[in-house]
Amino acid sequence: MADAAPSRQRDTTLMGMYLFLASEIMLFGGLFAVALALRLLHPQEVAAASRRLHYGIGAANTVVLLTSSLAVALAVAAAEMGKVKGTVVSLLAAAGLGLGFLALKAVEYGMEIREQLLPAFTPAEAFESPPAHLFMDLYLVATALHAVHVTVGVVLLAGLAWRVHRRSLALPRGAAGVEVVGLYWHLVDVIWVFLYPILYLVR
Amino acid sequence: MTEVSYLEHGHSLKSWLLTTDHKRIAILYFLSITFFFFVGGAAAALIRIDLLTPEADLMSNEGYNRAFTLHGVIMVWFFLIPSIPNTFGNFLVPLMIGARDLAFPRLNLLSWYIYMLGGLFTLAVLVLGGVDTGWTFYTPLSSMFANGNVILAATAIFVVGFSSILTGLNFIVTVHRLRCPGMTWGRLPLFVWSIYATSLILVLATPVLSITLVLIAAERLFGVGVFNPALGGDPLLYQHLFWFYSHPAVYIMVLPALGVISELVTAAARKPVFGYRFVAGSSIAIAIIGFLVWGHHMFVAGQSMYASAVFSFLSLAVAVPSGIKVYNWTATLYKGHIALDPPFLFAMSFIGLFVVGGMTGLILAMLAVDVHVHDTYFVIAHFHYIMVGGTVSAYFGALHYWWPKMMGRWLPLVWGRLSAIFIFLGFNLTFFPQFILGYLGMPRRYHVYPAEFQTLHVLSSAGASVLGLAYLLPFTYLLYSLRHGEKAPPNPWGATGLEWTVPSPPPQHNFHELPTVDGPPYQYPVEPDAERETAHG
Repeated sequence: MADAAPSRQRDTTLMGMYLFLASEIMLFGGLFAVALALRLLHPQEVAAASRRLHYGIGAANTVVLLTSSLAVALAVAAAEMGKVKGTVVSLLAAAGLGLGFLALKAVEYGMEIREQLLPAFTPAEAFESPPAHLFMDLYLVATALHAVHVTVGVVLLAGLAWRVHRRSLALPRGAAGVEVVGLYWHLVDVIWVFLYPILYLVR
Repeated sequence: MTEVSYLEHGHSLKSWLLTTDHKRIAILYFLSITFFFFVGGAAAALIRIDLLTPEADLMSNEGYNRAFTLHGVIMVWFFLIPSIPNTFGNFLVPLMIGARDLAFPRLNLLSWYIYMLGGLFTLAVLVLGGVDTGWTFYTPLSSMFANGNVILAATAIFVVGFSSILTGLNFIVTVHRLRCPGMTWGRLPLFVWSIYATSLILVLATPVLSITLVLIAAERLFGVGVFNPALGGDPLLYQHLFWFYSHPAVYIMVLPALGVISELVTAAARKPVFGYRFVAGSSIAIAIIGFLVWGHHMFVAGQSMYASAVFSFLSLAVAVPSGIKVYNWTATLYKGHIALDPPFLFAMSFIGLFVVGGMTGLILAMLAVDVHVHDTYFVIAHFHYIMVGGTVSAYFGALHYWWPKMMGRWLPLVWGRLSAIFIFLGFNLTFFPQFILGYLGMPRRYHVYPAEFQTLHVLSSAGASVLGLAYLLPFTYLLYSLRHGEKAPPNPWGATGLEWTVPSPPPQHNFHELPTVDGPPYQYPVEPDAERETAHG
């Protein structure tokens, strides 16, 4: 019975997180629906606008985010084995890579502002066509919303590393806490894996 | 050994505001939801007074727009959606499944604070002059032309959406993980089934509304134009996204009511519910089909004819599981030993009004007829029959049925019966004339109308004043009962279900020892604990 209680607690927490992630998928699902609508309404103009995005930076960011997911997976494994140092290092690595993602994204936004591509920083007349404007609107909302999620994730990962370091989250008993944040981070990653081709690659 | 009840366990304000007890959080919701019910009701009163005459003599056009928008926003998001799930769901789900609390008690308290934050935003909208788009926030009106506090209102709804998501998530996990030994899925009370189905919609539909509101705010703030036709964006896309949430939201509002009625009807008939599996399954069926009918709001909005035909068919299909419920309740009552207690009168009122609302829904689901009555008072009457006649009646029925359990006090049964009857009469007088008005061509959202509609509008406004007073009535005698009502026994109605096995009001941790269930639900008849005195009727 003593063993069963924490594992029951773990399953309960994980189920709650999975449901929350389902709601996150529906949140981004609305944006994917908008992306589909734009592609159907204005196929040529949207493809032309998509070609002007910096897919190299996007690809680099995909690698960064996937690597950070690996680090989180390692943190979960280390936490389950009760290795405090390994958990902290992996969590910090993941948070650092998350910051790297945000930095690259900022550089990319900067380039787009200079190239007069980013709505809110660019007059409407500067866009190739009205649908190109719409596509960049979608790009801005989708990537900004994703960046907000990355930022939340970085804070969660860093906070978790701090709690594990200070032993306020005891391992391996508190491994479920690491696992739950890990799940969130994986979802942030997965959403990018869909956003990247939909925005940058489909032409 | 007498255990301290949840009401007696700490009297300080802090013991309420920082509680993680699902029962206390239910009371917090009850108080805040009641407040918003009367704010939204005040807006409705303004509307009905203005409509007494064909001219605009109480409000300006702008003021009228703001009144009905506020009425809609407050009633939908701050009363109807949280009403039954967050008060009775919170209070009852753990008790009904034999658990000590919800799966995430602190998250539950957080949901309430998020709800209150959203409520504060709404009150800020009210104080700053309101919003004039209608509760639907249709583009391009809301994004390009409206001059009210659209962003603030969207923020309020965005925030309260998180409260919905977290509450739904909590219920789903609770039902999956915290059922007591022997409480199999086939033995769950039907109220729990309906809350479970509701929660699925809360978790999966609400985020779509959130992102839609983000896009509206982004359009107003940064000129993001995906709904802007001038840029090649699509206003119809907005309607698709909005109704993908808001039609399932109708089932968020009515499914918990259906669950309440299943409990009330079986308790009144003192018979096992007829066709338990079908009643339980129909809740899930309504939740699933409810996700696939949103297009019936756009029959005249330029949507593809083929899409409309499919949406029309699916909308008619929702009537099947809804009909199953009504027939099963009727069969449950057949040859029952029916007690005409207030909860049962509310349940009967619900069934009648729900059937009228549902049947007129079928009329609206038919493509050709919808063209005639679209955006008229026919639609207004239809959804008020479901939302107000249905859900609010069930809410009051639940309040009367579980009041002795929640507060440990009997309520005056005679007054309970009277208010059920007054609400029923006032409701029909208010909304039945609106079916006729709509069919004759009175459009919604206008406060200046041709003189020949005045008689029906006056009837409707007269009904509204009866209804308003009838809604106030229960709050007076329920408050009275808190001090002067007789102490209620654990099982005053002679009902089945684990919530009736614990003292009234329940102890802080619900069950001294977790119960074990060893049989099917609704094993009636059960003898009430104490013979009811004639003084109570």
